[in-house]
Amino acid sequence: MPRREDINTIMVIGSGPIVIGQACEFDYSGTQACKALREDGYRVVLLNSNPATIMTDPETADHTYIEPMTVEAVERIMEVEHPDALLPTIGGQTALNLAVALADAGVLERHGVQLIGASLAAIHKAEDRELFRAAMDRIGLEVPISGVAKCLEQAREILKRTELPAIIRPSFTMGGTGGSVAYQDGDFDGLVEWALDQSPSGECLIEQSVLGWKEYELEVMRDHADNVVVVCSIENFDAMGVHTGDSITVAPAQTLTDREYQVMRDAAVAIMREIGVDTGGSNVQFGVDPKDGSLVVIEMNPRVSRSSALASKATGFPIAKIAAKLAVGYSLDEVRNDITRETPASFEPTIDYVVTKVPRFTFEKFPAADNTLTTQMKSVGEVMAIGRTFKESLQKAIRSLEIGHAGFETPALPDGTQGEEMLWGSIDVPRPGRPWAIAEALRRGASVEELHRRSLIDPWFLRRIKEIVDAEADLARADTAQREAWLRQAKQLGFSDARLADLWQTSESEVRTLRHRLGVRPVYKRVDTCGAEFEAHTPYLYSTYEDECEARPSDRKKIMILGGGPNRIGQGIEFDYCCVHAVFALRDAGFETIMVNCNPETVSTDYDTSDRLYFEPLTLEDVLAISDTEKPDGIIVQFGGQTPLKLAVPLEQAGAPIIGTPPDAIDRAEDRERFDELLETLGLQRPAGGVARSAGEAEAVAERIGFPVLVRPSYVLGGRAMQIVQDVAALRNYMRFAVRASAAHPVLIDCFLNDAIEVDVDAICDGERVVVGGIMEHIEEAGVHSGDSACSLPPYSLPSEVIEQIVESTRKLALELGVLGLMNVQYAVKQGELYVIEVNPRASRTVPFVSKAIGRPLAKLAALVMVGKSLDELGLTEEIIPGHYSVKEAVFPFVKFPGVDTLLGPEMKSTGEVMGIDSDFGRAFAKAQIQAGNSLPVGGTVLVSVRSDEHEQVVQPVRSLVENGFKVVATRGTARVLLEHGIESTTLNKAHEGSPHTVDCIESGEANLVINTVAPDTKAIEDSFSMRRAALQRGIPYCTTLAAARASAGAIRALQQESIGVRSLQEIHAKM
Amino acid sequence: MKALLGSAGSGPAREAALALADGTVYRGHGFGASAVRDGEVIFNTSMTGYQEIVSDPSYAGQIVTMTYTQIGNVGVNPEDDESRRPFLSGFVVKEFFDEPSNWRARGGIDGFLAEAGVPGICGVDTRALVRRIRDAGAQAGVLSTDPALQAADELVALARRAPGLDGHDWVAKVTCDDPYRWDEGRWGGVGGQLPAPPRPERRLELVAYDFGIKRSILRLLVEQGFSVTVVPANTPAREALALGPDGVFLSNGPGDPRAVRGVREIVRELAESKPLFGICLGHQILGLALGGEIRKLKFGHHGGNQPGQDLATGRVAICAENHGYAVDAESLREAGEPVDVTHVNLNDGTVEGLAHRTKPIFSVQYHPEASPGPHDASYLFSRFRDMVERHAAGDAVTGALVATNQAC
Repeated sequence: MPRREDINTIMVIGSGPIVIGQACEFDYSGTQACKALREDGYRVVLLNSNPATIMTDPETADHTYIEPMTVEAVERIMEVEHPDALLPTIGGQTALNLAVALADAGVLERHGVQLIGASLAAIHKAEDRELFRAAMDRIGLEVPISGVAKCLEQAREILKRTELPAIIRPSFTMGGTGGSVAYQDGDFDGLVEWALDQSPSGECLIEQSVLGWKEYELEVMRDHADNVVVVCSIENFDAMGVHTGDSITVAPAQTLTDREYQVMRDAAVAIMREIGVDTGGSNVQFGVDPKDGSLVVIEMNPRVSRSSALASKATGFPIAKIAAKLAVGYSLDEVRNDITRETPASFEPTIDYVVTKVPRFTFEKFPAADNTLTTQMKSVGEVMAIGRTFKESLQKAIRSLEIGHAGFETPALPDGTQGEEMLWGSIDVPRPGRPWAIAEALRRGASVEELHRRSLIDPWFLRRIKEIVDAEADLARADTAQREAWLRQAKQLGFSDARLADLWQTSESEVRTLRHRLGVRPVYKRVDTCGAEFEAHTPYLYSTYEDECEARPSDRKKIMILGGGPNRIGQGIEFDYCCVHAVFALRDAGFETIMVNCNPETVSTDYDTSDRLYFEPLTLEDVLAISDTEKPDGIIVQFGGQTPLKLAVPLEQAGAPIIGTPPDAIDRAEDRERFDELLETLGLQRPAGGVARSAGEAEAVAERIGFPVLVRPSYVLGGRAMQIVQDVAALRNYMRFAVRASAAHPVLIDCFLNDAIEVDVDAICDGERVVVGGIMEHIEEAGVHSGDSACSLPPYSLPSEVIEQIVESTRKLALELGVLGLMNVQYAVKQGELYVIEVNPRASRTVPFVSKAIGRPLAKLAALVMVGKSLDELGLTEEIIPGHYSVKEAVFPFVKFPGVDTLLGPEMKSTGEVMGIDSDFGRAFAKAQIQAGNSLPVGGTVLVSVRSDEHEQVVQPVRSLVENGFKVVATRGTARVLLEHGIESTTLNKAHEGSPHTVDCIESGEANLVINTVAPDTKAIEDSFSMRRAALQRGIPYCTTLAAARASAGAIRALQQESIGVRSLQEIHAKM
Repeated sequence: MKALLGSAGSGPAREAALALADGTVYRGHGFGASAVRDGEVIFNTSMTGYQEIVSDPSYAGQIVTMTYTQIGNVGVNPEDDESRRPFLSGFVVKEFFDEPSNWRARGGIDGFLAEAGVPGICGVDTRALVRRIRDAGAQAGVLSTDPALQAADELVALARRAPGLDGHDWVAKVTCDDPYRWDEGRWGGVGGQLPAPPRPERRLELVAYDFGIKRSILRLLVEQGFSVTVVPANTPAREALALGPDGVFLSNGPGDPRAVRGVREIVRELAESKPLFGICLGHQILGLALGGEIRKLKFGHHGGNQPGQDLATGRVAICAENHGYAVDAESLREAGEPVDVTHVNLNDGTVEGLAHRTKPIFSVQYHPEASPGPHDASYLFSRFRDMVERHAAGDAVTGALVATNQAC
């Protein structure tokens, strides 16, 4: 059946900000779906609160709403747009939950909007644990013994049947939020209560543990004619018990006979039919008992998921795009396979390589978090690698991670029994470093059988690691002749040049030279969905060491864009957005675009984003090899964040044609001494500071400039290991434990500007003209990482002289550095004085936000500048100051990490961002808060507890709240000062002083808003920790800085005056 | 110099080479038997089920290249054999593993092939080989794991002299010597799988012609309530009829259907009185018997992901296919026999199914028994049962009638 003619406007819901469990894979799927629907002539209305997405580019949908993802906002949008249908299956759990809420609230019915893709009944059947289990019973499939509990008592009743260990899974959450494994009776109650709290429906499943079973996933598609195809099978390297998002996963499944695989396939097809997923993609997870092949169904997601993004990249079969086509009436045989062009989408992809996905963790950001991998996802990103064999693919994935591993290096362990115990400790319990521990155990002579028994990882995977370790032993012992003879075989096993250099105690460049001399170079094969049965028309390529190369580079003018690699805190989707924009702009300008990246979640790794896609690690070796094959006219390194930037100098030294800002400018901005010279030349100032290459030097610098000081290692992104240090003891501690300072890796020490306002500026420069893209005034004061601070564009409080000074300084810096493209500068303003904090001659995290705020695509313009266009030609000659306010707010993963404090500091901790746009600052801020999950109350009680030196300053925002009808409860010191200013409050104990205390007040639901600031001393932080954590768990908005309190009070006032309105980005931009 | 550990599959490295008639030579490491064998070089795109492929008699006379690169992972086991032994000429893979990881495994692929006298080669750029076959067509080749015979020119010369499939009766080499009864149903060892439908109570007598029959076909026929007698390919029609069958099954098998001696006539005779169901080679032989012609495909269809559309319903089944020849639709029309094309392959439009408008006869080119492959088309076995039962009851049932039966 061709497309449906009875619908015209389709509303699509995105997934909101990036959080753990929901990352940029939904930008990829959403963008694909919007494109597919518009291709078919539908009018697409989009809602997504995340500005850092391609999906929310004004070109992607007809009308784009960057608005709160709430029932109220959707209803407003529906009133304006009159959609005929709502597609809820491509925006992750967020979209699915919002769709259910819309249906429950009667909004869909009221506006005559039908759900397409999945019916409400199907969503309920798949998501409601009880209904799902009943459905599986009906078709004769087994599920683990389980029961749904709405309270602790019920949970304990169920536990009698499941026994310990038991899996606890809250309903309707994503990424397993709130899920856990209870091993001991003592843990059970607390874990159940947490799960009940996390579930929007207040229920959770208590499930028999099938820990140690093998875990599989099938990606399934169904059309309205009941044709079903399995796009991809995925096998988890880690056994059941580790969330699939945190597990290494491999496609296709490796350890199933056809009979077992087909039993699983039959089950998946039957589940699709029974659940009633009308059209589109779903993901079904299975557990298989390795002892006898028994199969249990774990769960199914009736929507596009993280795994379907992975499956799309792994096979070349665009699940989201086809899901969108099926949702509007096409059947699979009516949709063409873009890669082969001749064959239909009604087939099952077959692959002739192995795909390995490895998660990327950032536990270093949350030292208090438990890094055991369990049923709740904790990773923040992932890499995918393609190799012809598992060994090659695994080793490529490892070096793609950018965590300092070029291969299976020996982990640092103490000698003797202690080291041995630590080693096995990290094998018995799944943690991020387990693959390296396994390799080390093998090196020390452990058997595959023992490792299997203790790690529960399938022996097939363990044997492959053993083969790598055995080869390493051979290689390490090899003489020159053997090295030469074995080099090719080593490369086929996936060894990087850097790892070989380690093994041979030489340099990476020596290995590369040897390799080139022997003619051992990679070839590129195509990902084609069909194992080469048909010709592939899309150059989607990966490297391997074999005979035939299918790259067939063209002789067009071409630009290669290096992507950002895995998402991590500090470097996420914003950089992928910039890379994709560069591709779009250069493609439109007539260049062939070549994308290099290894992150399967992204739009940049969609095979039809660029002209040619190399799914490869972003290491010097891999990038140089592509450059040697493609011989591009230019390579762009400034859009992908720190990842490609680090390669700029070595690539240039190897003769690769870097375009844009010269790599030396990066060094001038990063190297402290050179940076000081630069500022001096330009007559600019920065906070007093110095460089320390040892603990002694650090103390000397700190003595000179005075405490508090801001300390950090050089060359980092996201404020990694950045701290504010109050005294000498703390400084010594930092130098001893936090960083290892050396001549090559100095530590930077700066005077910390208390109470300064921070400002972020993005600017673009063509070598002659500098145009400021946007000036963002931070809400939180200096000391909170810029990525974690909310900010406003235009500035909401800076005096015009300061703004003029900022523009002028930015202009000077860009011209002096020779910036060609984008530059980001961070300033601090204290008592009218402007200080330069840092300069980054590259695209920054805020580029998408600024572009959407001012209605100009800065990254696109910058890409064109890099290929020689002037800003004049591009029509951007002066700063655009919009007539509305745009507020960016950060979104944090604290809820995933019990035991972690929510205080903000100089080290970045947020995973994502949202954007609130409105005519005044207060309303824009309010919207941003709602989007960030901090739904500000319009009345009720505010709990105030602030540090003694801020008592005076908290009076103003509290007064504002009181005027707006709030009641106040406060801790004693705060209450006294408030009373002095005529504000009455109920007094409370601090949590450590005994009931009635602050935590009771939050847990009883009395407090609707919490204002809590803490002096930077350990005791005060510990004393107030439980209060912040309680607010987080209860979902009560809290401000941990005065600035946030002031902005929140203003926003509440704005909200009381008028409920929120919605406006599309296109409408906002048209009015500018 | 020895190979680097971990780089050559398991075991000590042996030199091996695959030469094509067009002069291309691929070198790698040998496994399986030490032998020199010729055959038509083809590729199979299934990612699972190498044991079923290796033991499928339809591959007699062929050197099979697996497009998937990791082979041997799950070893071999007694339940998954499709015949008494492998008949293929050679096996080409990127990487193989001899130590299995699967609870049912009883051995490795290396020993399995060695015992059957089949040579294997690994370490080949199989994708390059597949692209060559795709572009130039399936062609003759020689696989040598014999260290004494590795010279390129000798191997290429042998490949050029290889007899190939066309015009040779490969069925005679794989069919059984004597009739036998088969009564095993499907293997059902996995806990948690979908429950199997109950077997019909009434048993029907069936004669299955063995052109190289796969055991999974026999198992599914038994599940449909047939009492199955398997007979050799050249069994005269009257001998088959003397067994008193309610229906006759024409099996899959290797090679060129035009070269299988005597079967055209046998099938023509059986078609006069008995319900017939043909799969793969059986379908092609039926096509010939009905007056159609056979054409050779460039490199055939070999894999478990082919889109087979049922023209009556428009539904697409993901099919296991394994054929290098196809029935020519035009020739059937010209022959004037009242036969409908019921299924087509959506990739290239080839005929995948036939049904007779006046007789209880139908056939499919693909493999509804799968093994390996998806079970999407297994409904055809119950359709056959239904047709035979109605015919036995005296209904004027036809292949076309059951083919448009939407209930299935």
